[in-house]
Amino acid sequence: MDRLALDVAHLFAGGLVLVSFMLLYQDRMTGLVNTFALHALVVSLSVAWQAHIQHAPHLYITAAIALVVKAIVIPFALHRIIVRLGIHRTIEVVVGIGQTMLAGIGLVALSIMVMLPIAAKAGTLAQQDLAFALSVLLLGLLMMISRRNAVSQVIGFMSIENGLILAATGAKGMPLVVEISVAFSILVALIVIGVFLFRIRERFDTVDIHALHEFRGEQP
Amino acid sequence: MAIVLDLVVQLGQMLLVLALAPLFAGFVRKVKAHLLRRQGPPLMQPYRELLRLLRKDVVLAHSASWVFRVAPYLIFATTWVAASLIPTFATGLIFSHAADMIAIVALLGSARFMLALAGLDVGTSFGGIGSSREMLIASLAEPAMLMVVFTLSLLAGSTQLSSIAASLQGPEVGLRFSLALALIGLVMVAIAENARIPVDNPATHLELTMVHEAMILEYSGRHLALIEAASFLKLLLYVSVIACVFFPWGIAIAGQGPLAYFGGVGVYVAKLAAGGFLLAVFETAIAKMRVFRVADFLGAALMLGFLATLLLFVTLAG
Repeated sequence: MDRLALDVAHLFAGGLVLVSFMLLYQDRMTGLVNTFALHALVVSLSVAWQAHIQHAPHLYITAAIALVVKAIVIPFALHRIIVRLGIHRTIEVVVGIGQTMLAGIGLVALSIMVMLPIAAKAGTLAQQDLAFALSVLLLGLLMMISRRNAVSQVIGFMSIENGLILAATGAKGMPLVVEISVAFSILVALIVIGVFLFRIRERFDTVDIHALHEFRGEQP
Repeated sequence: MAIVLDLVVQLGQMLLVLALAPLFAGFVRKVKAHLLRRQGPPLMQPYRELLRLLRKDVVLAHSASWVFRVAPYLIFATTWVAASLIPTFATGLIFSHAADMIAIVALLGSARFMLALAGLDVGTSFGGIGSSREMLIASLAEPAMLMVVFTLSLLAGSTQLSSIAASLQGPEVGLRFSLALALIGLVMVAIAENARIPVDNPATHLELTMVHEAMILEYSGRHLALIEAASFLKLLLYVSVIACVFFPWGIAIAGQGPLAYFGGVGVYVAKLAAGGFLLAVFETAIAKMRVFRVADFLGAALMLGFLATLLLFVTLAG
């Protein structure tokens, strides 16, 4: 594999980590959903490029699924949900963007430190894919615990799934049926989460999940 | 003989940056005015301003101490030395053996320290506000700049700007995502450090959100002229760093003869024109942000610098 092909793969995978940081940085709902669409677009580009350099045509299907489902259908549905919940103009109070960013940098450093020695024998491409995929996954988890709004938590969850796709692309011999079932389970999850969002709103008049904590009597 | 030539190149470079700095500032102002459908001041206006200020008397506040009087000379001197360390049109400058990129960051840091001291010295509340805000910006901009420097040094295997520029010109580099991140981070730092629009407004004089102008409000006469010249130099310095590191094509490599040097000067001026035009377009297109958002803006620059270094490790491992 020549240098340029590897560099482009590095560009897309690194771009995915960068977009994960942009997700952490966004505090407006509409901007968040648009950034998530960008996240999915970058992951589908990355998968398509790797399909090209690995000569694995079934990965093109994965890329197409990521593009259609997660860059078009899910953002569209989320925009609809946000407008119907009436939170499309709210600015989410994010606790300390700076601290979250620093924690994110720490997580990226951690995943690179962990993954590079472990995957050293798997080849350069798989190695960097795994390192970046773990970073995206941890950043998604960070987003889920640092946000209070249920919709941003959903987006954090979806971005984790993008990281998983990147990891699966690096690993050779991932059957297509797994990809398709994952994509559909994400769609089903979106529907279930959408129903839940409206139920939460009906019950508490807000989608701030701290209302749930209060309801359980955990904290004021 | 070679040493003499190097010395001539070094001296020429020092004079070139000093001569071009006000012109560059005037060019950016002119382009901005044209973008707003205005005539704008002539290109030579910054020179005239400097000359006028140099001829005027200095008015000192009663409470001003020696720090206030010494600071402009030190600020100008450190900024000029830092600017002369950057290979603008030729690599292999004689001074660059004495100081690398970290030294440039340190020189700029000491200039800023003295400016902040001078702002505090007179004891007006405006100067104090300016100094404290400048320190807020610096505390985030300097680490971000250093992370960018580390990224470049890791890639080039040297902290000397001449070697970095020469090695980034080579075919070894390829397409690096880290370099793109470092470029964006460095541009953000440059905007914040030079008090350009999203962070501070260079055109205003009395506004509650200003940073740089608030610190130098008490200065007049030749002191003000020196500080203004230093800020022109600093703007030119950042544009030159970006040009010589990320767009190193056309720089004369040491020992190529006088023709290459003249070509290098031409390319350098063309790069400056492009950079000034982009800066003016960016400043016209964007609105100034609140002072409290600056921390987020520079935090993003710092994050980009960190990320560039981290991603570089992944590539270097492969």
